Amino acid sequence: MDLLADNLPAYLSGFLFTLRLTVISGAIALVVGTVLAAMRVSPVATLRGLAVTYVELLRNTPLTLVFFFLVFVAPQFGVRTPLGFWTAVIALSAYTSAFVCEAVRSGINGVPVGQAEAARAVGLTFGQTLSLVVLPQAVRSVIPPLINVLIALAKNTSVAAGFASVELLASGRRIALANPSDAMLALAGVALFYLVITIPAGLLAGVLERKVAFAR
Amino acid sequence: MRTRTAAPIALAAAALLTLTACGGSSDDAASEPEVSDVAAADFPEGSTMAALAESGSITIGTKFDQPLFGLVGPDGTPEGFDVEIGKIIAGALGIAPEDIDWKETISANRESFIESGQVDVVIATYTINDDRKEVVSFAGPYYEAGQSILTLADNEDIQGPDDLAGKKVCTVSGSTPEANLLENFPDTEVVPFGAYSDCLEPLRGGQVDAVSTDNVILAGFAADDPSFEVRGEPFTAEPYGIGLALDDTEFRNWINDVLEASYEDGTWTTAWENTAGSVLPTPEPPAVDRY
Repeated sequence: MDLLADNLPAYLSGFLFTLRLTVISGAIALVVGTVLAAMRVSPVATLRGLAVTYVELLRNTPLTLVFFFLVFVAPQFGVRTPLGFWTAVIALSAYTSAFVCEAVRSGINGVPVGQAEAARAVGLTFGQTLSLVVLPQAVRSVIPPLINVLIALAKNTSVAAGFASVELLASGRRIALANPSDAMLALAGVALFYLVITIPAGLLAGVLERKVAFAR
Repeated sequence: MRTRTAAPIALAAAALLTLTACGGSSDDAASEPEVSDVAAADFPEGSTMAALAESGSITIGTKFDQPLFGLVGPDGTPEGFDVEIGKIIAGALGIAPEDIDWKETISANRESFIESGQVDVVIATYTINDDRKEVVSFAGPYYEAGQSILTLADNEDIQGPDDLAGKKVCTVSGSTPEANLLENFPDTEVVPFGAYSDCLEPLRGGQVDAVSTDNVILAGFAADDPSFEVRGEPFTAEPYGIGLALDDTEFRNWINDVLEASYEDGTWTTAWENTAGSVLPTPEPPAVDRY
């Protein structure tokens, strides 16, 4: 346990990097994912097509490849993202938004069609129907899967360790190298800090779920 | 119909494989270190050497992604100087190269692989240092590398590690060169990637100013691409050793004897010239350190 105490500053800086990555990428992914879900159920075929293409492309590509593309392929076409934090934010939010989209869409499909029909009948536009009637009900029912997606995101940030980001795992590797006799303990410390993010996220999901529950 | 067309293709593929396999083995025969004709009884009873010679196989941990030292190509067999050193040691135990079980070890798992007995020895650009000597023991060194700097050929601003202040320097996350930069050159902005080869594209595109790691690795990159150049003299000493179980002094001394014999009879030099020697000058073998 001395190892963890001695290297606390290194762990903390990695932990904060991971936390910032998770929070910022998560926020962007929630917004983009919801917009994508709206596009997927919209009456405009072009929007539906775009959203389907985006989701299928990102959802079926390994995250490491998304990073690879941003860091090694995009520069050859003149697109240079600042290495490190923002590259990781772009890759992680692009990847995660596809999963958010699918979770939200499943929620939208779970709202009885009569709700939307009634909204249209009283003269709401498509946008109003979606934002005032359908989405508020849809999002409540998909809180658990959304939290799942965000927990996966928290763990996925570790992929950034290989792409110029000194987040939790990269910090742990540095500590492991400096202490070869306790390398396993150093990595166990990394796992512990991930739990500090993911377990509260799971608890938060439970609280939120109870809070927004409604009888159907 | 499908099977009918597939059969000739499979046959042709098999024939091709056999042909290439033959070609490969006849080429190798010339450069392979010879396998001594020894039996387990030639070694002290109960020693690791006797046990390995008896079993007729040895498990060696090496890098699979390190050009010139341990690199696995598409055919799945590792090649490089570390691999040749492994063959010399196996040969002295009477074990043929094809009976060596190569296992990939990365920087982070070398100690635990030795401690848990998953490998018999580790030959993987493994720098001997005091922290590591507390967990494993080292035979050798069999080569002495040093950390150096790679930049674009037209970048004359960086001539040594002191010029790195304020520059972006790419290296591998969790490696010795990274730790050295952080500790001794704190003004350098370290950009850690997963592998050294990942550093090349950012260097080419100007997203980082330099790449820093052992000179032998950089020399491999510079040899492949004339737009890169290695700058200055090495500024650290990285003696590469052979890692083995902490308390097996008998085995360590024996490996040291084998290494010294290979310095004497020229097999070390041949191994170097066939691998890393293709892009680097042939050095004098370093004196083994019998601590």
